[in-house]
Amino acid sequence: MNINELTVEELYSKIHSKEIKPSEVAGALFDRIEKYDGNIKSFITLTKEQALETAAELDRLQEEDKMEGSLFGIPVGIKDNIVTKDILTTCASRMLENFKPVYDATVMTKLKDQNSVLMGKLNMDEFAMGSTSETSYFQTTKNPWNLECSPGGSSGGSAAAVAAGFVPYALGTDTGGSVRQPASFCGIVGMKPTYGRVSRFGLVAFASSLDQIGPLTRTVRDNAKVLEMISGEDSKNDMTSARNQDTDFMSGIEKDIKGMKLALPKEFLGDDVDDSVTEAVLKAKERFESLGAIVEEVEMPNLQYVVSSYYLIASSEASANLARFDGIRYGYRSENAKTLEELYTKSRGEGFGDEVKRRILLGTYVLSAGHYDDYYVKAQKLRRLVSDDVQRILADYDLIIGPTTTTPAHKYDEVKIEGTKEYKNDILTIPANLVGVPSLSIPCGITEDNRPIGMQLIGNHFEERKIYNAAYQFETVYNLHEELKNLTMGAE
Amino acid sequence: MHFETVIGLEVHVELKTNSKIFSNAPLHYGHEPNTNLSVVELGYPGTLPVLNETAVEYGMKAAMALNMQIATDTKFDRKNYYYPDNPKAYQISQFDKPIGEHGSLDIEIDGKKKTIGITRLHLEEDAGKSTHKDDYSLVDLNRQGTALVEIVSEPDIRTPEEAYKYLEKIKSIIQYTGVSDVKMEEGSLRCDANISIRPVGQEKFGTKTELKNLNSFNFVRKGLEHEVKRQEQVLLSGGVIEQETRRYDEKTGETVLMRIKEGADDYRYFPEPDLMHLHIDDEWKERVRASIPTLPDELREKYINEYDLPVYDAEILTMRKEMSDFFSEMVESHKAGPKLASNWLMGNVNEYLNKNNTELEDTGLTAENLTGMINIIEDGTISSKQAKKVFSVLIEKGGTAKQVAKELGMEQISDPAVLTGMVTEVLDANEQSVEDYKNGKDRAIGFLVGQIMKKSKGQANPKMVNQILLEEINKR
Repeated sequence: MNINELTVEELYSKIHSKEIKPSEVAGALFDRIEKYDGNIKSFITLTKEQALETAAELDRLQEEDKMEGSLFGIPVGIKDNIVTKDILTTCASRMLENFKPVYDATVMTKLKDQNSVLMGKLNMDEFAMGSTSETSYFQTTKNPWNLECSPGGSSGGSAAAVAAGFVPYALGTDTGGSVRQPASFCGIVGMKPTYGRVSRFGLVAFASSLDQIGPLTRTVRDNAKVLEMISGEDSKNDMTSARNQDTDFMSGIEKDIKGMKLALPKEFLGDDVDDSVTEAVLKAKERFESLGAIVEEVEMPNLQYVVSSYYLIASSEASANLARFDGIRYGYRSENAKTLEELYTKSRGEGFGDEVKRRILLGTYVLSAGHYDDYYVKAQKLRRLVSDDVQRILADYDLIIGPTTTTPAHKYDEVKIEGTKEYKNDILTIPANLVGVPSLSIPCGITEDNRPIGMQLIGNHFEERKIYNAAYQFETVYNLHEELKNLTMGAE
Repeated sequence: MHFETVIGLEVHVELKTNSKIFSNAPLHYGHEPNTNLSVVELGYPGTLPVLNETAVEYGMKAAMALNMQIATDTKFDRKNYYYPDNPKAYQISQFDKPIGEHGSLDIEIDGKKKTIGITRLHLEEDAGKSTHKDDYSLVDLNRQGTALVEIVSEPDIRTPEEAYKYLEKIKSIIQYTGVSDVKMEEGSLRCDANISIRPVGQEKFGTKTELKNLNSFNFVRKGLEHEVKRQEQVLLSGGVIEQETRRYDEKTGETVLMRIKEGADDYRYFPEPDLMHLHIDDEWKERVRASIPTLPDELREKYINEYDLPVYDAEILTMRKEMSDFFSEMVESHKAGPKLASNWLMGNVNEYLNKNNTELEDTGLTAENLTGMINIIEDGTISSKQAKKVFSVLIEKGGTAKQVAKELGMEQISDPAVLTGMVTEVLDANEQSVEDYKNGKDRAIGFLVGQIMKKSKGQANPKMVNQILLEEINKR
């Protein structure tokens, strides 16, 4: 038995039947991390000491048959923009290089309540701005499928760690595709839940109206199970909805999907989409049809506006959210400042990387007097148009399906970050964030040179259950589970 | 050339909610610096605001009391600026949809009523407090996140005196609603003033300056008076008024330049994405409206018309709610005579409160015991002179007037038999005086009365003593 190959569900049952101990699980995974993460570079911080301590305590509870919690003894990795009490939370930025929060994010409290074992904090693009994990101040994460490729981003560390078998699941955050795109590139399952489904308290904000925390797992069932554990109304986050009471995503997940109506927007297979992706998605359409679902082509005319709308809104919100990093109370403080003004400009100038600065500048400009109506207000109008498109489609269909990304994972040396040129690659993931609806990425194919291709399933607000049902059924006819087990990651 | 002054006031009022407007951190004035905090006030990464509904209701109450229309759909916005006492580098405020708009209040100038328009009232969070030393500054974030309303007047105010009256009125109205302590000395009421002058008859406003550091209503008046003079001098000597922020210097009584404003500040307002839009339905509005007590203007009219009080009395009694509540209770529940009650409250009671810098509720006085005291003065049980002593015991320690008078041995002796005995004794002992009286020396009576009072230790009922003395002396 290779512990690193076990899913959340398998670990749960093996720990409950006392077949394995929590400390054995954590120990085996740390061994694997130590062996391979030098190549992958998914973790920024490992919390081995605390993890083994927690695991030993859980061993004792296991012996005494006091195993409480749906994630009892199961290791987890957390993206480094989710605050963890007394554990470094860097946002992959020099700005927070030494930042140890004094409190836990709501999702962390929930995972602790379920007796999870925190293995460490995962690499990402700086402050979640980027889609390659290259803008991290510390390291560039590699794709476990092909070390020359990017794992995607911004939750690249989370996706890579799950694909590499370092952890059975991880939490990432998705503002414009940052869970789904790396999940797609790494051949795993990644969910961007309904806005307001998971509390954002303790998530270092990038764009408040778009950010959501979501799980990355190797199977659909694991994903549903983890989302159940982290969902729910939170008194510390006004935007978690009262409609958030029903967080049961597992019951009915295996139901057949005969007659389920799926919409495939033709714009999702436009000219920018790589042939390999189009081919995989059309194949997925056939698979859905073989499962009894009805797939029809629809139109989503306002898709062309989503990138502009998204970058204007996200950057505006980011410019305010990141203003608090001023070198005064916490985080990086420049040694070279002589005046208050210099303390601000130098701390921020030295503490932030280029991509973060680019977006702060863009957002500040957009919100400035004289530009606000032209950009911010117009972007909000476009957001409404996209929302109308999605709602119009979902009035007639159960789900929208389409590729997660326009291309499979690219090689690092093929694509260099060139200003805002790469932003357009987020076109397919952005709609779910702008509209606030849930979207799940699952593997639907693989290129000849071993690069996974993902498909997303978009549902209406709070209809994660329907998504998981369709995704589970799809997974029974197509998955990359065996391929994931055989990744060599530069060693052996 | 004659000028007309145009003044607009911005008043900030801290709401006395139990916790802060966007977190459950407590709220106290005068605590150790940086103790009333949570991670939200510190602007820690990952923290989120959660709206305190009581703050919204208090804001609604204040707005309603100022005759404003309450928004049905409103929201919060971010106002972006850097300052060490502003930890998030933005303040959560309300930009284009304030909770209250189109209000007004009435002031009285030279016996004439004048209505001052109020443009808007919006909710926001207070910032921390910076204290600047020679080569460093201290930041106390206790105040950060305190619920605040900003009340902006129309430029309807024409004199510093009107400004003064406007502030007194706002303070009194807000104090009546109970949503704030409105204490300028504790910073729970703060005021900035915009002032400009223009030649009489000109429609266009002159360039305005903004006055800050106005730490009392009196300083507001004085600062504005000085600023009117300064602007007149500048214009008359051919200069132009710059758009600038000026500070009032309490020592010199002058306004001093703080900074010149180059164009409008750009705060890059945008809707706060961490808070839901706020919908205030009619049911909520009516519930809050029902909790507003009778306000000073209405009470004042009632006191004048129903209780025949002079305007002056009515004004003084309705400046603070505790005072008018006390007065109303004396008159309505305990049937005190309105003018007598007013005299005591405006006189000895206010004098005591001012001297000891205390509040009515912190004294031993109750509407019942003060009315009781007035009653035993009226029925002759104690004299006005004695009442002063009874009053000091009541206000210091409480109790009932009768009991206190008794304990002080002050109850008047009004029993004719007892008094006749005393009179007889005194007359027997002072035959010469009796003789003098009979010989037409009226002054002798005064001496005899004095002797009787002395014998009774001041407790004899003076009216009755006079009457019995005359009867007895004439028998001799």
